[in-house]
Amino acid sequence: MVRPIDWQLATITAVRDETPTVRTFALSVPDWAGHRPGQHVDLRLTAEDGYSVERSYSIASAPGDDGAVEITVERIDGGEVSPYLHDVAIPGDRIEIRGPIGGYFVWEPSFDGPLFLVAGGSGVVPLMAMLRHRARLGARSPARLLLSSRHAEEIIYRAELDRLVEAGDGLEVVHTLTRSQPPGWAGYTRRIDERMLAEVAEPIGIAAARTYLCGPTALVEGAANALVRLGAPAERIRTERFGPSGT
Amino acid sequence: MDDELDAMPDAAVLDGNALAGPLAALFGADVTAVPGRCAHCGHVSMVGALRAYTRAPGAVLRCPHCDGIVMRIVETAEATYLDVRGAAYLRFERR
Repeated sequence: MVRPIDWQLATITAVRDETPTVRTFALSVPDWAGHRPGQHVDLRLTAEDGYSVERSYSIASAPGDDGAVEITVERIDGGEVSPYLHDVAIPGDRIEIRGPIGGYFVWEPSFDGPLFLVAGGSGVVPLMAMLRHRARLGARSPARLLLSSRHAEEIIYRAELDRLVEAGDGLEVVHTLTRSQPPGWAGYTRRIDERMLAEVAEPIGIAAARTYLCGPTALVEGAANALVRLGAPAERIRTERFGPSGT
Repeated sequence: MDDELDAMPDAAVLDGNALAGPLAALFGADVTAVPGRCAHCGHVSMVGALRAYTRAPGAVLRCPHCDGIVMRIVETAEATYLDVRGAAYLRFERR
């Protein structure tokens, strides 16, 4: 029995573009123990000379599909793993994987309180696993996602998020577009700040919510500090920092 | 994102999540949800919430409250050294 901390070989079964620079990879993992929304996997690439590099990728799919796991990867120029995944890997290729990993940044509908999700760019990936799981279980507790993207074309999972909101189960999604906006855009146009967080969280209540923040380090730290100033208990805020944006 | 923000030294900080795999390989299980008490200031936080610096030689996990070093991981050719002097304790709940 392969443990989550052991490396094993997964097979890429399908590839799907989410945006011009973001792609989802469906993986078939022979010994998969199941996962909780928010967890991630480690991927390892090994060159013929033995040089290896590891990267962590959040699991995008909800728990439930035996041995089938999806990760959504942003192509980073100069990166060591994402350009390989985007430019070289095709369905049928195998890749070393370890996981699922992480018991800290997880959410399940059994957790009390409204759900407040805040993400920048590809930070939305683990939060999407939470929202997909929430929808699959038919949860109706209040939930808010505040998603920061540079341009409308770069919003990951945009159509699916629209559909989840239309289902009317208590989820609202608020976008902020920080670099350019389409004509007629009436939403936020600036980086996430304390006032925006207060406005978006107001209907669900910051003090009672469980908050998950994910994305570039500067965004996550700024938002976490702002939420504490707004009255969110520190122990009800979980963070996952992706490091400098674009790296 | 603003390039100036990215140039700040702290832009590269991650959290204990980023080391979940390597730590799990050492502890035999995922420890990101394990609470630990900082030996410097007494603050208790989960390993996943520690601020992780992975670009230094080895990796350093710092207390989110006082920034003191809680854990240090150094890899050599033969072994991995785990220094947890910065943790007064780690609390593994029995199930």
